[in-house]
Formats: sequence, structure tokens, C-alpha cells
Amino acid sequence: MNKHPRRTGGKVLFSIIVTVIVVYSLLPFYWILKSSLETSSALNQATTSFWPGQITLTHYVALFATENFWRPLLNSVFVAGMTTLLSVLLGSLAAYALARMPIKGKAAVLGFVLLVSFFPQIAMVGPLFLVFRQLHWLNTYQSLIFPYLILSLPITTWILTAFFQQIPKDIEEAAMVDGASIAQTIWQVFAPIAAPGIFTAAILGFLLAWNDLLFALSFLQSPNMFTVPLALVNFRNAYYVHYGQIYAGVVVASVPIALVVLFLQRRIESGLTAGSIKG
Amino acid sequence: MTINPSKSRGHSARVARARVGYLLEVPALLALGAIAIYPLLFNLWLSTRNDVLINPAATRGVGLGNYVTLIQSATFWHDLGRTLFFMVVSVTLEFLVGLGLALVVHREFKARGLVRASILIPWAIPTAVSALLWKMFFDLRSGFVDFALHSLHLPGSQLVWFNSPTLAWVPIIMSDMWKNTPFIALLLLAGLQTIPQELYESARIDGAGGFQAFWAITLPSLRPSIMVALIFRTLSALLVFDAVYVMTGGGPGRATEVVAYYNWSKFMVSLNFGYGATIAVSITLIALVLAGLYVRVLRAQGGLSA
Repeated sequence: MNKHPRRTGGKVLFSIIVTVIVVYSLLPFYWILKSSLETSSALNQATTSFWPGQITLTHYVALFATENFWRPLLNSVFVAGMTTLLSVLLGSLAAYALARMPIKGKAAVLGFVLLVSFFPQIAMVGPLFLVFRQLHWLNTYQSLIFPYLILSLPITTWILTAFFQQIPKDIEEAAMVDGASIAQTIWQVFAPIAAPGIFTAAILGFLLAWNDLLFALSFLQSPNMFTVPLALVNFRNAYYVHYGQIYAGVVVASVPIALVVLFLQRRIESGLTAGSIKG
Repeated sequence: MTINPSKSRGHSARVARARVGYLLEVPALLALGAIAIYPLLFNLWLSTRNDVLINPAATRGVGLGNYVTLIQSATFWHDLGRTLFFMVVSVTLEFLVGLGLALVVHREFKARGLVRASILIPWAIPTAVSALLWKMFFDLRSGFVDFALHSLHLPGSQLVWFNSPTLAWVPIIMSDMWKNTPFIALLLLAGLQTIPQELYESARIDGAGGFQAFWAITLPSLRPSIMVALIFRTLSALLVFDAVYVMTGGGPGRATEVVAYYNWSKFMVSLNFGYGATIAVSITLIALVLAGLYVRVLRAQGGLSA
């Protein structure tokens, strides 16, 4: 196709389409940011202006002072972080074997990992609840960290296998010839080259664990254990709905993610496509 | 008998490496087995039992009784119907918009980086947060939709979207589209980038217009990416939960109740683990059919050979 729109009419139409895309993607953010900065009385009346009226930070102050929103933020960072760590660790080991070792049944293993990523999360809720109840694990971090592996581990394993296969074997073979052990070769020669791929897998694994509502909703009971999505959803279950605080919370939950995406856009894109198309 | 020493050392090193290789796979496979396969088997067993947590005295085996109840349950079939409706509408819209997005971003223009970033951000926002965002967007007092309709003197302002059995779907589908269309666009974009430019040049020499080239070259070449995107989206539409839970709680009445929500309420509200497991097994079966399709697509691409 013609890569450069030549006709002026086409150019204008193209610009309009691009504007619509950007507005559709970002307008909801603008609107919630605007609302989060308005007074409660303004929020209780019909909106009259596209621009914010009287700006106030009350909802943000209340979010952290009254609702202690630090707690869900820290919970989410810890849970998603531990999940990522485990996924990358287990995923790298498996991916190294799949990409490098002379083993049989690689297609079967990759197929199994893929199959697991198709297992419905909802189906696990019941059995895992019963198991965690037996283990007295309900309302603990590990009741999320382990189940979240089902969200993060398959995609990290696939991405890492795809990345590891792209790394030339010669360097490691040279190290082996020089008498280095497998462990030394991996740590000193392979790991530094593989680091960018591992980082990409880690970001995606983290985002997938950060995204969950279902497991948190099912296995957590006390508000001081809540993750960010669960805490935000639960504001509305209180006696009085603090819309301003929900809006402020949504902004606080979205900004770090938006920054991560802006800085790591290329990595995320390459990881997503490597994880789903290439084997 | 003479053995070539270097060859035999090479062979035993290979065996040793293979042994290490299998060991390296074990932790990941064990973890996935414990958190995926074990619950699946547990569900199969539970589904043959009457097991309600608040009534332990009534716990007993019921054979296929739960499955009979499920098949006869009007609620289940209605929920399945609504899920299919959501699936068809959301996947169709997301595919068409996603294809459009991919074609736009595939071109080279000044603000391309900005556009790519702005469509990727919604993808990274948690589904529950996206649902809250769109819920407030459609809010009667502080929402944008009401404000815009009112300012433009269009009908539909003062409307409580979530009180209407049909209109309540609009915000749910909008929120799902907003978050998931970028994923389709990315997959299709990756597909577009693999189409050799020469194909288009020779088509132009043959006198094909842009539209003809799209039908004859772009769409057929994108087929594998399209299949992958559609299967992934169909699966997650089948399992839609967060948006429904956050925005409507399945209401008004049961108007937006989907199978995953039904399953969740049986597990976690009624604490009916036997019947919940029966629904879970059924959902898993549907998901596995989709997985089978996906594996066939990948095989056709040669993507499953490590």
C-alpha cells in the first residue's frame, strides 16, 4: 500500500482518523482526572463544563489519609513483584532448556504451557479456595502469588524461549570449549546477553499479575490485604460512595502504568507479539 | 574394539546436557501442574458431589446429578446466550477497529509514536480499573456521555444507562473494546510488517488499486495473525467477568449476567462448590476447544517447533 498519503483529501481524512483514535484512548483519562480534582458538591451536580471548575486535592488527600491507599499499592507491588520473580526464574530455566538443551518433547512442553494459559481462571476459583482454606492460606499474599503464576508463567516461558532462540549459540559453545561449566556459562556468558529479553518478560508478567481482580476478590477478606483493583472496587461497597476518592484512586492506579508503557513501549510490543505468534 | 575418545566424550556430554535440560523444565511444569491441572481434576471430582460449604452434613456423591441440574437450568442457558451475544458483538467490533488501527499505525507519519503509545496505555490498565473509568464516563451526573449529549442537545441525556437491560451493555462493551482492541491491533501490526513490499509493487504494476490490493494481498497474508487475535479475544470474551462485576453486578436483574459471573456467584456467594465445579468444567471444555483451534493454527504456521 502507499505508505505516504498523497492526496490532500486523503491526508485530512487520515488526520481525522488519527485524532479520533488518540481522543478515544485518552479522553476517559482526562475526564476522570478532571473529575478527581473537583469538589464533592460539583460532582453531585450535573456537569456543565468540559474544563475543571474549582480545583481541589481533597480527594487525593482523603485517599491516602483516610483510606490509606498506600497499603493496596504496596500489596499489589509485592504480590505482582513476587509473582514476576517466580515466573521469570522458573520461566528462564524452562526456556533455557527448550532453546538450548538436546531434549525430546519440546513441542509437547510448549503445547502444554500454551494449553495452561487457556485454562479459565474462573474454573480455578472453587478448588483453590477449598485448598487454601485447608492450608489456612486464605487472606495471605501466597494465596495470590501462586495462582498468579498461571497468568504470568505461560507467557514468560513463551517469550523467553523465543528470545533465547535468537541468541547465537557460538558464544556459549566457545565458553564451554574453554572449560566453563554449564552454570558458569549461563551466569557469565548467557545471562548478560539475555537480560533485555528477561526484562521484557518480567514487565509483561508483572502487568498480567497486577491486572487481576478475580483471585483477589475470592481469596482476600480483610481490607489491609486488598490489592489495588480490589480496593478500588470496594470503595463503592462502603456505606457512602466516595466518588471523588474512587476517581482519585483510578488516577493514582493508572499513572504509573501509563508511565511504564510510555517508557517501555517497544519492549512491551515485542514481548506481546513474541509471546503469542512465535514459538 | 576401538572407541573414538573425543566422539564418546561428546556423546556423554550431550546426555549430561539433556539430563540437565529435563531438570530445568521440572520446576515450571510442576508449578503449572499444581495451579492448573490439580484444580481441573479437583473440579471433575467436585462436580460429582453435593458440596455446599455452609451445609457440610449434606455432602455426598451425586453422580452426574449436577450436570443434569445444569442442563435443565434456564439461568445457565440464558447466561450462556448473553455471553455469546457479548462475545460476538465485542470480538467483531474489536477486530474491525483493531484492523483499522493496525493499518493506520502501519503507515509512517509524524505522530506515529504518540498514537502507538496512546493505544497501548489502555491495554496496560487493569480491567477492573478500566471498568471503573468507563462506569464514571457513563455516570448520570459527572459522566462525559451525559455532559456531551446534553451540551449537543441530543437525546439520551438524563439516562441511567445501567438501569436499562439493553443499554447497560453499551458501557460494558465500550470498556472491553477500549482495553482489548490495542492487543488485536498489535498482533495485526506485527503481521502487516511481515508482508513483503514487493507484493504491493507488483500488484500496482498489474493495475490493482489500493482496495483490490487490500483484498488480494493484505487480508490473505494477515490470515494467521487474524486467527490468533480472534481466538485469544473469543476466549477472554467467553470468560468476561471483571467488567460485569464492577459495572453492573450482572444487573439490572440478570440482564448482564454472563457465565463466568454465574460460576463465581455459585462458588463464592452460595459457596456451592459441587454445582460451581460443574459450571467450571463446562466452561473449561469450551475453552479447551478454542485452545485446540489455536494449536492447529500455530502448527499450520510452524510456530510450535522449538
